[in-house]
Amino acid sequence: MSKAIDLNAAPVLSVENLALRFKGAPANIIDGISFAVRPGETLCIVGESGCGKSVTALSLMGLLPRSVAQVMSGTAMFGDHDLLELSQRAMADLRGNTISMIFQEPMTSLNPSYRIGDQIAEVVLRHKSVTRAEARQRALQMLDRVKIPAASSRLDDYPHELSGGMRQRVMIAMALANDPAVLIADEPTTALDVTIQAQIIDLIEELQKETGTALVMITHDLGVVAEIADRVCVMYAGHMVEDGPVEAIFDDPQHPYTIGLMSSVPSVGPRSGRLAAIGGMVPAIDNMPSGCRFTPRCPFAQTNCAVSQPPLDELGPSHRAACHYAPLETVFPEAVFQEAGS
Amino acid sequence: MSALTSAEPAEETVRPENRAWKKLKTNRSAQFGLVIVAFFIIIALAAPILPIDDPLATSWSAVRKAPSAAHWLGTDEIGRDILSRMIWGAQASLLAGVVSVFIAVLVGVPFGLISGYFGGWTDQAISRVTDALLATPFLILAIALAAFLGPSLTNAMIAIGLSAVPIFVRLTRGQVLAVKTEDFVEGARAVGLTHTAIMGRYILPNVLAPILVQATLTVATAIIAEASLSFLGLGQQAPAPSWGSMLNVAKNFMTQAPWMAWWPGAAIFLVVLGFNLLGDGLRDALDPRET
Repeated sequence: MSKAIDLNAAPVLSVENLALRFKGAPANIIDGISFAVRPGETLCIVGESGCGKSVTALSLMGLLPRSVAQVMSGTAMFGDHDLLELSQRAMADLRGNTISMIFQEPMTSLNPSYRIGDQIAEVVLRHKSVTRAEARQRALQMLDRVKIPAASSRLDDYPHELSGGMRQRVMIAMALANDPAVLIADEPTTALDVTIQAQIIDLIEELQKETGTALVMITHDLGVVAEIADRVCVMYAGHMVEDGPVEAIFDDPQHPYTIGLMSSVPSVGPRSGRLAAIGGMVPAIDNMPSGCRFTPRCPFAQTNCAVSQPPLDELGPSHRAACHYAPLETVFPEAVFQEAGS
Repeated sequence: MSALTSAEPAEETVRPENRAWKKLKTNRSAQFGLVIVAFFIIIALAAPILPIDDPLATSWSAVRKAPSAAHWLGTDEIGRDILSRMIWGAQASLLAGVVSVFIAVLVGVPFGLISGYFGGWTDQAISRVTDALLATPFLILAIALAAFLGPSLTNAMIAIGLSAVPIFVRLTRGQVLAVKTEDFVEGARAVGLTHTAIMGRYILPNVLAPILVQATLTVATAIIAEASLSFLGLGQQAPAPSWGSMLNVAKNFMTQAPWMAWWPGAAIFLVVLGFNLLGDGLRDALDPRET
């Protein structure tokens, strides 16, 4: 990963201690989420299904009704605005303009009764003072940039005339049409074929390099993370358990959950024994331990883990983990650690 | 339509409207319905140029004459040509059917959109009023409204249209509830589109098919309602012809001149059948679940 990122640049999006609770739920669905992205930087948020990755993204986009998902604490500074405080109207002015999102399901995320060129042009018209012709020109240019072959003849296609990969390209074109400062991609490749996945990831990476957009990529695919992330933020059951530079997370994971996650990735080549898995299940929202939420599944759990919430401790250069006993090898010197990754 | 305007060479992919049209073309009963409806529309439109008698011209020498070479469908109680009155009456009936449904769609669909899209108390308010109106029998409501507005064809159309509004509110609301959870609606919100834009361009086009089907079927109902109102003297006013008012007069001469009742009765039956067959065919053709 040798991207030119100014590490001293101010972050474009900076989330501090975000906590959300669904109305009537006994515990926060996400709690203590903090991360920041700088222009041109790629942050990957990883974690298993249901850990709150998408909820985090949707709340930043203001797409969760506040009557349902209440903000319990935290700020999300985007420039001078706190995204969590903005009115619906102001938020709608930002969405698709300076902060964009790509969804998981390209097959259903485009309006079936609306030509794709018009859909892209509409996003431009909504946010920029341009004429219809200029917006259409922009749509054509974006289709070209996302490498849709014969873009000018595709402009008047309906979504059902395109394949899943093509539709995801259209979604990317829409998301980037107004040169957003932040792009949030919520598992953009999950619904696609493996070969198409690689193309889409490469495309996103390439466009990000061209535009200098900050990218927040939500995924549970560690292969994708290894390929494009600058920084990684690991979530478990709504808590942030670890974050740090991608090398540190892959080479020296500190939180027992991250360690388990890394050792459960299948790799090419011979393997002795079965693929490692993390035993147990994610606790239900009404049965969350009050301390570290990983306690019931953690092989290193001690009595205080279930009751006291470990803070995110600095363990290395911008590498933090939320575990009372990190670094584990100094606390449990006799434990045998499986080689993480491959 | 797009196939006509764009000069592209043979398209490989099938646009949905083409597929629907193909299905409609292979559906015999829908074709039959379309032919009947087209026939009545053509003669209604052509009424002024057809070589027929003046529908209002009376003749004391030809009172209640049975069908003959001079008067193909016979004459009525004051010697007017029934064929001519049937053709001009088609105008009133079809106009009433189409205009009242137009009114119903124009009022009902926006309310249904708002109700389904916003939900909450807006939805509660609109839905409760709709339920109340639906609880009243359609024709009773139309008669009450027509009586309140005063007897004329225009008022009958308004009355029928308003009576049909709740059908469209409820149908649209239900469709919107299904469509608004689609990912592309979320996508539209994610690019910052306004509620108006989302309702108008993301939801409405995707709920139009069932509304079109319902509208076609409701035209049939509205034609019957117009005939009923005219029969009761609340629709088309004498001496202008309409099938309903012709039936109203004919009932007094059922034994002496039964043909006076045959033709308007048969015409109402046929045109209603035509719209129903066409509507059913449209429903099958536009149903995405069948291929």
